[in-house]
Amino acid sequence: MSVWSREQITQLSLAQHEPKWALEKRLEAFDAIDSLPLPKLEKTNLDRWNFSSFQLQKANTTYQQIDQLPNEISRLLLDENSNVLIQKNDSVVYQTENTLEQGVIFTSLASAFQQHETLLKKYLYGQDVSHRVAAIHQAFVHGGAFIYVPRNVTLKLPLQTIFWLDGKEAAMFPHVLIVAEDNSKVEIVANFLSTSSEAAISNSVVQAYVGQGANVQVATVSQFPHSVVDVMERFATVGQDGNMEWIVADLSDGRIISKSTTHLKENGGHVDVKSVAFGAGEMRSNITAEVFHEGTHTTSDIQARSVMKDKATSILNSITKIEKGASKSDGQQTGKVLMLDPEARGDANPILLIDENDVTAGHAASVGRIDPLTLFYLMSRGISKNEASKLIIRGFLDTIISDIPSAALRASIHETIEGKFTS
Amino acid sequence: MSTPNLNIRDLQVSIEDKQILKGVNLSVNGGEIHAIMGPNGTGKSTLASALMGHPKYEVTAGDVSINGEDLLEMEVDERARAGLFLAMQYPSEVSGVTNSDFLRSAINAKRGEGNEISLMKFIRQMDKQMNVLDMDESFATRYLNEGFSGGEKKRNEILQMMMLKPQFAILDEIDSGLDIDALKIVAAGVNEMRSPEMGVIIITHYQRLLNYIKPDFVHVFMQGRIVKSGGPELAERLEQEGYDWVKEELGIVDETVGHKV
Repeated sequence: MSVWSREQITQLSLAQHEPKWALEKRLEAFDAIDSLPLPKLEKTNLDRWNFSSFQLQKANTTYQQIDQLPNEISRLLLDENSNVLIQKNDSVVYQTENTLEQGVIFTSLASAFQQHETLLKKYLYGQDVSHRVAAIHQAFVHGGAFIYVPRNVTLKLPLQTIFWLDGKEAAMFPHVLIVAEDNSKVEIVANFLSTSSEAAISNSVVQAYVGQGANVQVATVSQFPHSVVDVMERFATVGQDGNMEWIVADLSDGRIISKSTTHLKENGGHVDVKSVAFGAGEMRSNITAEVFHEGTHTTSDIQARSVMKDKATSILNSITKIEKGASKSDGQQTGKVLMLDPEARGDANPILLIDENDVTAGHAASVGRIDPLTLFYLMSRGISKNEASKLIIRGFLDTIISDIPSAALRASIHETIEGKFTS
Repeated sequence: MSTPNLNIRDLQVSIEDKQILKGVNLSVNGGEIHAIMGPNGTGKSTLASALMGHPKYEVTAGDVSINGEDLLEMEVDERARAGLFLAMQYPSEVSGVTNSDFLRSAINAKRGEGNEISLMKFIRQMDKQMNVLDMDESFATRYLNEGFSGGEKKRNEILQMMMLKPQFAILDEIDSGLDIDALKIVAAGVNEMRSPEMGVIIITHYQRLLNYIKPDFVHVFMQGRIVKSGGPELAERLEQEGYDWVKEELGIVDETVGHKV
């Protein structure tokens, strides 16, 4: 990272009016970059991936109204009554100000540093910086969002954030922090995309704290072009009887590291990880869902599906760890890869690590191609080979996509997949 | 429109270089119901699958025409759009594709672009036919055949036939695994479709189904071809006496194609 200096990192922090502790966190991470190893990923060689060569582009614009937004962005909007925050490159360019439920905070990370410092200090940067890519994220954090839901508050509409990369060699490092206090309920949709085919890096973190009895659903949808290295790490810590649901749509065409880590710390916590990927061209992806059962009676279900066409590659890792003492827990996982072309590659690695006797767990994994007999069956009803393949692929992914509550989001994911299928 | 005709001439079919069908001849016209009966392993289902274009079966000789057009030149989906329908013995389960989405795609594939069926009309038709088949309305939104019992799959095959209105329907052991009530319902579905516009080939081991769907012609299948043909009385005699007398009459020792599937 020799092209960047401590001075520049300090400037980034000052520009956001961050408190001193936040600057120290950045510098700590910055100093560690060169000595930390790259993340260790199953069957994915990261040596030639670009994590560190980029430009920090300015947004240079703001939008007052939805109809001023380019179509690529406005088409992602879920609902006219939903609150949305749109960040382009380094700053927020559009934010709605619809009324939110009592005490709910939904703001950019930059403004949260000024208005909600105590909360940020308590929750931000909670996880260890264990590899180089995470250190780069923490050193360069730029924008992002802070969502806070007080006790017993249920949000009626989803909150949406859109992170939008634009420009040659552009990079962004958004950090989304979600704190859901006891018995609260919130749904969040985070879209990540680029309007430039020469953008370089999106290195993002989504971090969720799920309080006792709280319900948090986070859907992340990434759609970057071939040029972009797309890294997203998601962390959740779930309290007693809390419920976390990750919906992950990896629809980027470049290189992807997508990882969700959930700690079920207290008794009775539950997590669902629903992950879909559709890769075309030379997409390379390593997609991991990892769950740690720490409390008793904790339950988890990982459902991952990935469709690879052309020369795309997908490695699906599902890791369920049941710690000693987490009795009466249940961990389930399914990972399936469907390959459409001879040069497409895929692998599903199911891993169950169990240190407690009194638990149940199960896994299923498959890697394969479209079953010729299924194709025959659909074609025997007059459906063309192309349409029949589409139905099968759509069905393969829909067992997961159909669980997404927002019809608008489902439609937008379908549209993206459809586009890739015909490209 | 002239009467639909399906004409099979000297059809020979192999699977993995093993010859199964050894010269099948059969002509079916609209309005006719033909029953093909025979013991296990004689090639009856191979005939059904080969006509539809199953990827595992290779046609090595013979001709098949549908309304004068060369059926064997067509892709599987073209055969369907030309009017052929096969109710399969073991239909695939397709996860994530609902029964109604699948059926609508199939109907629209036949109707062609710009002439799609309206959603309302589709739902009305589907409701009506599901009613005939005594199917619960939840089947419309369930994934195609996924978790269906044997009997539910058979009904679903007949539902597809009723919705797609083919000119030729081949029912491949549609009666196997059905109790008598389900059998009557399936038969009612087929009988409702009976018209000069549709020819039917029923493949079965047992005469039982033919009590409810009266065939015009009965053919006995052995050693990969039709060895004896007759009217409905032939089926009744087979039911009472079994197949041994046919074998004796024709001097057949082993009726199978020598290949247990």
